[in-house]
Amino acid sequence: MSAVLPGSILRLRVHWTDRIGNALLATAGIALAVFLLAPLAMILMKSVEDKAGAFVGLANFEAYFHTPSLLHSIWNSLWVSTLVTAITIPLAFTFAYALTRSCMPFKPLLRNIALVPILAPSLLAAISFIFWFGNQGLLKAWLGGSQIYGAPGIVISMVFATFPHALMILVTALSLTDARLYEAADALGTSTLRKFWTITLPGAKYGIISAWMVVFTYALSDFGIPKVIGGNFNMLATDIFKLVIGQQDFPKGAVVAIILLLPVAVTYVVDSYVQKRQQALLSARSVPYVPKPSRAYDWAMAAFCWTLAVLMLAILGMAIYGSFVKLWPYNFSLVLDHYRLGLVDAGVIVSWFNSVKMAFWCATLGAIFIFVTAYLMEKTRGLDPMRPFVRLMAVLPMGVPGMVLGLGYIFFFVQEGNPLHFLYGSMGILVICTTVHYYTSSHLTAVTALKQIDNEFEAVSASLRVPFWRTFFKVTVPVCLPAVLDISRYLFVNAMTTVSAVVFLYSPKTTLASVAIVNLDEAGDIGPAAAMASLVVVTSAAVCVVYYFLQVWLDRRTQAWRA
Amino acid sequence: MTHNFRKTLALMTVALAAQSAWAQKTELLVYTALETDQLKAYSESFAKMAPDVELKFVRDSTGVIIAKLLAEKANPQADVILGVAASGLEIFKAEGMLAAYSPKGFEKLNPIYSDKARPPTWVGQDVYAAAVCFNTAEAAKKGIPKPETWKDLTKPIYKGQITMPNPASSGTGYFDVTAWLQLFGEAEGWKYMDALHENIAQYTHSGSKPCRQSGAGEFVVGISFEYRANDVKKKGAPVDIVFPKEGLGYDIEGSAIMKGTKKMAAAQKLLDWVASKEANEAYAKNFAIVAYPGLNMKLEFVPADLEKLLIKNDFAFAAKNRDKILTEWNKRYAVKTEPK
Repeated sequence: MSAVLPGSILRLRVHWTDRIGNALLATAGIALAVFLLAPLAMILMKSVEDKAGAFVGLANFEAYFHTPSLLHSIWNSLWVSTLVTAITIPLAFTFAYALTRSCMPFKPLLRNIALVPILAPSLLAAISFIFWFGNQGLLKAWLGGSQIYGAPGIVISMVFATFPHALMILVTALSLTDARLYEAADALGTSTLRKFWTITLPGAKYGIISAWMVVFTYALSDFGIPKVIGGNFNMLATDIFKLVIGQQDFPKGAVVAIILLLPVAVTYVVDSYVQKRQQALLSARSVPYVPKPSRAYDWAMAAFCWTLAVLMLAILGMAIYGSFVKLWPYNFSLVLDHYRLGLVDAGVIVSWFNSVKMAFWCATLGAIFIFVTAYLMEKTRGLDPMRPFVRLMAVLPMGVPGMVLGLGYIFFFVQEGNPLHFLYGSMGILVICTTVHYYTSSHLTAVTALKQIDNEFEAVSASLRVPFWRTFFKVTVPVCLPAVLDISRYLFVNAMTTVSAVVFLYSPKTTLASVAIVNLDEAGDIGPAAAMASLVVVTSAAVCVVYYFLQVWLDRRTQAWRA
Repeated sequence: MTHNFRKTLALMTVALAAQSAWAQKTELLVYTALETDQLKAYSESFAKMAPDVELKFVRDSTGVIIAKLLAEKANPQADVILGVAASGLEIFKAEGMLAAYSPKGFEKLNPIYSDKARPPTWVGQDVYAAAVCFNTAEAAKKGIPKPETWKDLTKPIYKGQITMPNPASSGTGYFDVTAWLQLFGEAEGWKYMDALHENIAQYTHSGSKPCRQSGAGEFVVGISFEYRANDVKKKGAPVDIVFPKEGLGYDIEGSAIMKGTKKMAAAQKLLDWVASKEANEAYAKNFAIVAYPGLNMKLEFVPADLEKLLIKNDFAFAAKNRDKILTEWNKRYAVKTEPK
């Protein structure tokens, strides 16, 4: 009899509603396995099969390594990504340094301008640089005799596109500094330079490494930029596109996907190692750093930041301007032709509606799924064997390039026998794929917000026998609403601009704006391509404004307790 | 009360179901390589003839559509192929992927532009032929002379000034390559392309892009096809359209029904439209040569006797050797890594 006792005590302590929590968590875990792990596994399988589906071992890899043109792409991808990273990181670091460690005026404005590239599809930068520096570009003369098509265009477009991603990480890293270290250094009469090398850089070390990884991965896996401005410069991401879409050679596409996954996997492992060490940098006694005014230094920083900000606005502005020019470079009158004839009359505008629809579902259903899953992970008990798996699934998408994810989705969902085959070609698969693609950042935002809430709430509700969802709706959701909105906005903006994963998945009924830009450019229709890119920017910007007011309103209603 | 309510609800459901069945359109999945700016007019014309059939398009360059159809051979998705190169249709015919059907009014069409089999497996619509866009404004600035022949394009003065479509993805690119191989002979043809390769700035994905780039002055010379050349010039770009003297490569745009389609009746309606006079009138707005005799309208900037400039094209050669030619082409030219 007594042997049964411990079990029954345990059963007593588990409220029956916890079972529902566990069931939900299990569902989320299974969903992540199906929509992330299974597609990735399919890529491994496809890479060792021939076109008819028979097992051929490593024959595809062998064939790949005997194709010089494809091998060349590995080298191209590596050196271009390295160069992009080497340019972006110092620029973004200096900008972030100015934002956090100087007293220059207009900091919020500069910060917002610097984040603008996030609203634009990566192709916008490439289109804009063709208008600026193409053979008929306004500033073609600046290039001397050389051409923008190829590596130069790819590198500068990528620097523009990756800058805000690096900036956000570096601003956070530089904000996490203990002012007492600087006070101590000052007391000892340490030189400014020495302080920078011994306190600032080591403190921001992990942020810099993190930013390095993010930029490198982005450059390696972006496909829109090399497609538009690359000319005949081949990279791994464009190779996958050519092999899969152009030649329908799925096994070889799978091989390139695995090769693309390798460097990304390395950076990913390094990054997660770094992330672990990052914690505990700040203690409760830390004092936030407050910059002191210094005229010359503040002016220098302001000059630097404004230069970059103006450049960014020039890139964005040129694409928008180009979308109104009647016939570049022979007729600069401003007309709506590219919007009216090129988008509306040609029926391409449907893609924009589809994109907005997809972004809306990602921003609502996607955000809810991510937040609820994070909640179940952080605040419910039980089902312990499943938790490490869900945690891994939540952070894995960061390391999976979009093209690889998209390819895995085709392999997995195209099979007739798959009970989820009905998703193939639907809007649903686009929403799911995009949510998974941007899962990690959203998940981390949710976790950070949830960690602010004391777990005592759950403990108290459990002892009062209140079902967990009451606490969830009465406490957790109101407190975390700003974070949920952040996630939702992040998903919306990225869903509007993403190309890499969805380019394999759209169907005749679900064409997307970003894919339309690629197709318009392929046909040489650069005016309408610029028009569509501008439309995406304007849409995202408008949505961000809506989110901003929503946030203000919510803050007033739900965040009074913070004061 | 409840009973009544249920009854009403049931009746309403039946009525709704009946109504939606009434309004239900047959949906055809159509694979096409037609230009986006042509698709709309064609679908509208077809809708007048068959309002109960809705077309859903998968559109891409010829090479992509061909590759896609071949990849899906075991499990075809498309119901109909619309406006795809004859050199591609001949491959599908040889693979046994097409359902033969003689559309209404087929006998009125010029037989040389359709499949020779009876009933035909594919029905020709129009001919699209090689044309070279030459930007006079940029050429004047750079002192580049107007080319008259294909051989002219290999002269050093054109180095880095020419774009042409990649034959693997573009139907236009492919008929250029096969035309040169037929015009100059195999060995000389490849030698010609070796020389031309030295002058090529970019190989583009689509057949339209070279002309549009030439029209925008990005590159002086764009090897393209006559519909796009005419369209670019009409929009006011300072281009001259050159039809090289040696002869023009061309292909036929044709349509076919996929064997095994579950919507045969609707597919046949679409083919009936393809062969109709109305449809051919719509093609004639874009192409100088269409299958229905007597409709050929002169395009503004394309000579009326375009048909005489065409080479004698052997589609069997182009279809049978597609894989071989593209592999050779890729081996020779795909590694153009730095645009010069």
